[in-house]
Amino acid sequence: MDLTELQEIAEAERQAQKSIRVHCCTSTGCQAANSLGVKKNLEGAVKAADLGDRVQVVGVGCMGFCGRGPLVEIDPQDKLYEEVTPDDAASIIESLNGGTATANEGDLNHPFFARQMRIVRETSGKIDPERIEEYIAAGGYQSLYKVIHDMTPAEVVDQISKSGLRGRGGGGYPTGLKWATMAKMPGEQKYVICNADEGDPGAFMDRSVLESDPHRVLEGMAIAGYAVGATQAFIYVRAEYPLAIDRLQKAIKQAKRLSLLGSQIFGSPFDFKVDIRIGAGAFVCGEETALIASVEGGRGLPRPRPPYPAQSGLWGCPTLINNVETFANIAVIIREGAEWYANIGTEKSKGTKVFALTGKIRNNGLIEVPMGITLREIVEEMGGGVPDGEVKAVQTGGPSGGCIPASLLDTPVDYDSLVTIGSMMGSGGMVVMDETTSMIEVAQFYMEFCRGETCGKCIPCRVGTVQMYQALTKILKGEATMRDIEQLEQLCGMVKDTSLCGLGQTAPNPVMSTLRYFRDEYLVLLQDSPNGKVAVKS
Amino acid sequence: MAKIKLATIWLCGCSGCHMSFLDLDEWLLELAEKVDVVYSPVASDVKEYPEDVDVCLVEGGVANEENLELIRIARERTKFLISFGDCAVTANVPALRNMLGGAEPVLKRCYLELGDANPQLPNFPGIVPELLDRVRPVHELVHVDLFMPGCPPPADRIQATIEPLLRGEKPVMEGREMIKFG
Amino acid sequence: MSVKTLTIDGVDVAIEEGATLLTAAKEAGVHIPTLCHLEGVTDVGACRLCLVEIEGINKLLPACVTEVSEGMKVHTNTETLQEYRRMVVEMLFSEGNHICAVCVVNGNCQLQDAAIEVGMDHTRFPYRFPQRDVDVSHDRFGLDHNRCILCTRCVRVCDEIEGAHVWDVAGRGPASRIISGLAQPWGEVEACTSCGKCVDACPTGSLFRKGSTVAEMEKDRGKVEFLVTAREEHKWTR
Repeated sequence: MDLTELQEIAEAERQAQKSIRVHCCTSTGCQAANSLGVKKNLEGAVKAADLGDRVQVVGVGCMGFCGRGPLVEIDPQDKLYEEVTPDDAASIIESLNGGTATANEGDLNHPFFARQMRIVRETSGKIDPERIEEYIAAGGYQSLYKVIHDMTPAEVVDQISKSGLRGRGGGGYPTGLKWATMAKMPGEQKYVICNADEGDPGAFMDRSVLESDPHRVLEGMAIAGYAVGATQAFIYVRAEYPLAIDRLQKAIKQAKRLSLLGSQIFGSPFDFKVDIRIGAGAFVCGEETALIASVEGGRGLPRPRPPYPAQSGLWGCPTLINNVETFANIAVIIREGAEWYANIGTEKSKGTKVFALTGKIRNNGLIEVPMGITLREIVEEMGGGVPDGEVKAVQTGGPSGGCIPASLLDTPVDYDSLVTIGSMMGSGGMVVMDETTSMIEVAQFYMEFCRGETCGKCIPCRVGTVQMYQALTKILKGEATMRDIEQLEQLCGMVKDTSLCGLGQTAPNPVMSTLRYFRDEYLVLLQDSPNGKVAVKS
Repeated sequence: MAKIKLATIWLCGCSGCHMSFLDLDEWLLELAEKVDVVYSPVASDVKEYPEDVDVCLVEGGVANEENLELIRIARERTKFLISFGDCAVTANVPALRNMLGGAEPVLKRCYLELGDANPQLPNFPGIVPELLDRVRPVHELVHVDLFMPGCPPPADRIQATIEPLLRGEKPVMEGREMIKFG
Repeated sequence: MSVKTLTIDGVDVAIEEGATLLTAAKEAGVHIPTLCHLEGVTDVGACRLCLVEIEGINKLLPACVTEVSEGMKVHTNTETLQEYRRMVVEMLFSEGNHICAVCVVNGNCQLQDAAIEVGMDHTRFPYRFPQRDVDVSHDRFGLDHNRCILCTRCVRVCDEIEGAHVWDVAGRGPASRIISGLAQPWGEVEACTSCGKCVDACPTGSLFRKGSTVAEMEKDRGKVEFLVTAREEHKWTR
């Protein structure tokens, strides 16, 4: 495989594509709403109308508006149909000949779409994720060619550093710095791992990327491997994502067939193999040291850092671990240049972030927005606000994040601003809550989650999450006093400061942030309520 | 100066802490000069817990409704409440029954499964106090001012705890001699 | 070999590169409480008792696995650390069923000692009173899960010293428990060499030698009768 062959594949694919493409979402969300039935009927209708020479139905990945699925888009007419049923299929095809479609037509000019900036998701919902040719036709694997042929590994690391990209798994560690550390590490064997163990309740960004555009992730990983000197990579995917695993497997196979993965990629001495490892359902395995232990075949337990994986990771070798979304940014950064990327976003948070917008909000789904956009723009303009009533809080960062009150909706969404107000970017879950939501119940929900997911290795996390959960339950039952609140706060501080890994260190965040912003809700339930109110049972 | 009003109560425990208290031997005479024992299962015959008690030693965990009532009254009427011994501090041996679940399985296990001659559940409302679902340490139910662990606390520990109190000082509960459980 | 110099609670220490803070503290004569640490086996940094403060690092780090570095200023006994250590021990007492009065190691228990050391006169956390089992299927030893604090010293000593790897941890979070073999009764695990190292490694009364509990004080009442019969009637039967 060389560049000419790659371009030939792209050209052949573009030639083969019909002038009208009917995109039907086949991601998990839309499949659950019978998009496969829709697709089948669309194909039937095309055949029946004898439009096969200029119309093709393509099963594509996620278009983002998941709350209104199944979604069907007509390309290039830029028409979007929502909540399509198999019965609508015939009329949609007829509309191509001037008929009227019975399905709801969505508004692609709505801020939900118009305010997005798609880098990670640039081809999501546009291409068939099960065909490598479509990815190549969209410019895929050209960045990999570029780095292998035109750049030294150090130049690649330099580009990533200059782009200002930070880890999208939640921590926000500068990706370039991680790569630079890895590149400097001595040793024959180094590994690259893609963390696809997305476990936050309400988060499905990584699943969507893997289901919609698996090659983008593979290409990013291969570029990383070239940059840091690794020849073997693993993608650690949770078993709950069967479709993502299936599409990844197909993608790896196709890329290998075209020698885009494997030995001597693009005729260079660079070898890069990717294997899949499937998680067994433990949330803690999203923590990098636990993930490594799990890939090694051991119990998924975190271990103290340092040493960091870049120093001693998989089987003691230097290991680069990045999140799905981080890898999905790489090819674009190489293609468009670090400067271009660094112009997007804020001073310290560059680029875009994908969020899963869920909860009490009109427009549910996945959005990709430039860093620095305010929560209000996301929730009220793009999300369309709460269906009935007002926004009360927005939860970001899942069990590790916090609840941001409506009064702080003008906060810009970037790593540092969110931490300042007691939450965190996290992997990108964003749950909107309205006035009917009890914030203590929210805190209790997340604590119940953490209590069940703590690995049990270190005491503060194993016992602390149980005790925090019990304290919240006691408060909700109206049996607590001010002393319990004080003790709960002390406990939160202790678990945060003393836990071994990120799970425990961030587990108190939902409690601490609700105590900070919604303290009155706690106080009113106390037996010795300072407001003089009688304790009420929730 | 008015004598200090001292009470001791016995909840769900084996009375070992009280026995250990009696091990104070001749120091008891010294103590008797400084305190009035206003309520105690071993040193008075008062049925009703009095008002305005200065110090109360509480032996035992809270296992039944009577325990619960008494500890609440004692807390209300006492300035300084001491959890006296492991049962009061941790619920200790009586709490072994907590592992069986609530009161029901405990009674069944005890009176039906292990009953030999005439298995039946004890039931005399108003006379036999109902068991609480769990035996709990005193401080989980009322505020406690001082903890004196031990099963039982040795006489020396009791003396070292009470003596400073008589002088109006708070004893230092530290080290093996003062806070070892068991 | 290069040497690193650092101060621990104001005491200057010089120690070889790669040594842990715990070793360095010992060298400096500074005592740091531990529970999951066991000399001779790998450290896991799980109990968090040995957490220390290091100037310039905003995270508390476990002394047992943190390596010394040049110019470190370590504080091992600040007020915050004292409070956190006490909370750790209180957590352990609230989590299991630790009834010192009736325990085989009463007076010889590292959890009990830890409680004294951190000044715990009661636990502020409500007791959980979990339902846990006792495994006495082994001929010579017993495992009482009620007293287990999941320090994994038994797991490590069996794996790393005896090389049998009889023990491991199963379950997650509050449901974690020590298991033998493939979660079989201990007595049925053929890999067990009955060496007893795990019993000696256990800081609490969770792993114990049989015969040491009150209920096991069995008396052989028929022995005298047997001896008399043997002597007088020359019959050696029971």
